[in-house]
Amino acid sequence: MANMTNKRESAGGDLTARALREAMFAGLISLGLFFLFVGLKTDQNILNELVLVQRWGLLAIFVIVAAVGRFLMVAYVQPWSASRKAAKAEAVGIAEDRESFFKRNFTVIALIGLVLYPVLAVVLFGAQGSLKWVDNFGIQILIYVMLAWGLNIVVGLAGLLDLGYVAFYAVGAYSYALLSSYLGLSFWVLLPIAGLLAAVWGTVLGFPVLRLRGDYLAIVTLAFGEIIRLVLINWTEVTKGTFGVSGIAKASIFGIWSFDVSAPNNFAKAFGLPMSSAYYKIFLFYLILALAGLTAYVTIRLRRMPIGRAWEALREDEIACRSLGINTVTTKLTAFATGAMFGGFAGSFFAVRQGFVSPESFVFLESAVILAIVVLGGMGSLTGIAIAAVVMIGGTEILRELDFLKAVFGPDFTPELYRMLIFGLAMVVVMVWKPRGFVGSREPTAFLKERKNVSGSFTKEGHG
Amino acid sequence: MASATTTTAATTMTKDVILKVEHLSMRFGGLMAINDFSFEAYRGDITALIGPNGAGKTTVFNCITGFYKPTMGMITMRQKAGKEYLLERLPDFEITKQAKVARTFQNIRLFSGLTVLENLLVAQHNTLMRASGYTVLGLLGFPAYKQASKQSIEIAKHWLERASLIDRADDPAGDLPYGAQRRLEIARAMCTGPELLCLDEPAAGLNPRESLALNDLLQGVRRDTGASILLIEHDMSVVMEISDHVVVLEYGQKISDGNPEFVKNDPKVIAAYLGVEDDEVEDVIAEVEGEEGGLK
Repeated sequence: MANMTNKRESAGGDLTARALREAMFAGLISLGLFFLFVGLKTDQNILNELVLVQRWGLLAIFVIVAAVGRFLMVAYVQPWSASRKAAKAEAVGIAEDRESFFKRNFTVIALIGLVLYPVLAVVLFGAQGSLKWVDNFGIQILIYVMLAWGLNIVVGLAGLLDLGYVAFYAVGAYSYALLSSYLGLSFWVLLPIAGLLAAVWGTVLGFPVLRLRGDYLAIVTLAFGEIIRLVLINWTEVTKGTFGVSGIAKASIFGIWSFDVSAPNNFAKAFGLPMSSAYYKIFLFYLILALAGLTAYVTIRLRRMPIGRAWEALREDEIACRSLGINTVTTKLTAFATGAMFGGFAGSFFAVRQGFVSPESFVFLESAVILAIVVLGGMGSLTGIAIAAVVMIGGTEILRELDFLKAVFGPDFTPELYRMLIFGLAMVVVMVWKPRGFVGSREPTAFLKERKNVSGSFTKEGHG
Repeated sequence: MASATTTTAATTMTKDVILKVEHLSMRFGGLMAINDFSFEAYRGDITALIGPNGAGKTTVFNCITGFYKPTMGMITMRQKAGKEYLLERLPDFEITKQAKVARTFQNIRLFSGLTVLENLLVAQHNTLMRASGYTVLGLLGFPAYKQASKQSIEIAKHWLERASLIDRADDPAGDLPYGAQRRLEIARAMCTGPELLCLDEPAAGLNPRESLALNDLLQGVRRDTGASILLIEHDMSVVMEISDHVVVLEYGQKISDGNPEFVKNDPKVIAAYLGVEDDEVEDVIAEVEGEEGGLK
């Protein structure tokens, strides 16, 4: 026993000594590295001559940061993470029980939270102050959640890599924008029509690409996305080209109450409330919540149906599917059409919310963002994708709020400009930390004794 | 178990033909993988297709199951009810769906990310699709689908018990040991309700104990479902033990056809497996006969 404590003490002493030694090395290396990078700076003086500016103070800061950082890393962070790992390995069984209440009721808690969210925002920030929270955060994130859930059917379940998903979003948005402004149809009539049209386009795209797999499929879908966008830009007689369609009619509450200020059945007037645009935003929030909920519900139901299982089987092994008598052509087409339909729903919602659509909203970057959310969330997992959408879209929205950064980096600093940089960085970090996305495991659709999640190492990503 | 090998040529002649392959040829560019190959498989039999590596066995299988379209020839599947299908004209998935021919693969093709149970449910896709009214009625929660779904789980359970995989029903298929994966693939093929089951090297990579279990499984399949089995196999202990009828293929051509006893002693087969020159075949025959005489 005494021997052991002795050993431990000497290990502690060793550690500090090692940390000091490594800190010194790190300092020396950074001194060597930054001596020319930071310590000396070439500059021009007033006479336009080249002069060397010496910045020893700055160099010292760099070296000290490196040395101290290394010391802390070796002396504290590494032993801490090692002990945490060891503790985790020991307490696998116990941890599960502790987390289970939150985990088991996650969906219910999340749903209640979402339903109460606008109410909370109004209570905390007032009707006008809640706009930012309901609109910029709530609606914006939910649109992406819905889009990513729609794309998840194609990419996550059926394993077909679709880089042109935004095309269906555009079809939905323009279907509503054009049909409502030319024919004057209401949102509730056009919502299913927009979904249907997007599904038709999904099938139209599906037919030629069925033979293709993997990279080739990705390229063709990418091209399809661009074709739709270019048609929207160039078909000026109908779509008004780059000017876009503006003045799109607002949605009403099933035609009973309207949100038009001039309408006699205006919502605020009908209930004797003070005029505010907050009601419409809150209504839109619940609308997109319902639409996203529908997407999730249908996805969950479909996964337990033969068609959903066939999608997942298709992702795992297409040849085996055919050997079991599954028509892979129709299976792929239904995946494309179903995914596209939800994209179309989201698109028509987008048009209603913005009141304005232009081809600029449907660039390739949008497809890439939606796909990134699906991949980051963990392909096939609804919860994971929702979390990824909150992190990615909410995170970039929060950047707008970080005014205090101006105090640090100067008044010219605009954090929004770093949006893509941070987006990319976050993606790299998540992919290194969790290569299978936030939720890498797959929930089985049927079980005999107990529902055991399938680890991500067994599932395949699909190859077209 | 050994009774299977006692079937004589005379009894197989009177049997009902389930699969008839006539003048099958398959050309890959300049290579004639199969050249005018004809054989018949009988209902209720276990027919083995053997031959040296590269003889074209898997190509024959791929032609029968529609993964290749043969260059020439006709493949007729006759179902129990008398309905006939020309397999070379059907797309691959219809061969399983309508003609009731299921297959397994040489390199196992399971849905490794789905659980064992789910693998068997996917195999019942067509039945369940019909029961769910092509998804629409099922999505609306009609009871017909719920019932069919329950029934499909019962069928899956039955086959899991058959393949002794019931304890691992909720594990991912990719997590099973190799021998179990082979059995699962057979169980999955059986869940499609086939009349003819085509197995591509089911015993490859199995240890003797697993190989014995496989024999039992296949015998049981034939006995209880009445399904006929066509198998490619290298493991002679499996072939000779369970098959009623053996067809030998070499360089895309049939060199022997008959019951296991007959094929085992066919000098052409011995020559093909031992790899002797054509003019030495006579010597081999003499040798074999000499050996047999010696044993007696």
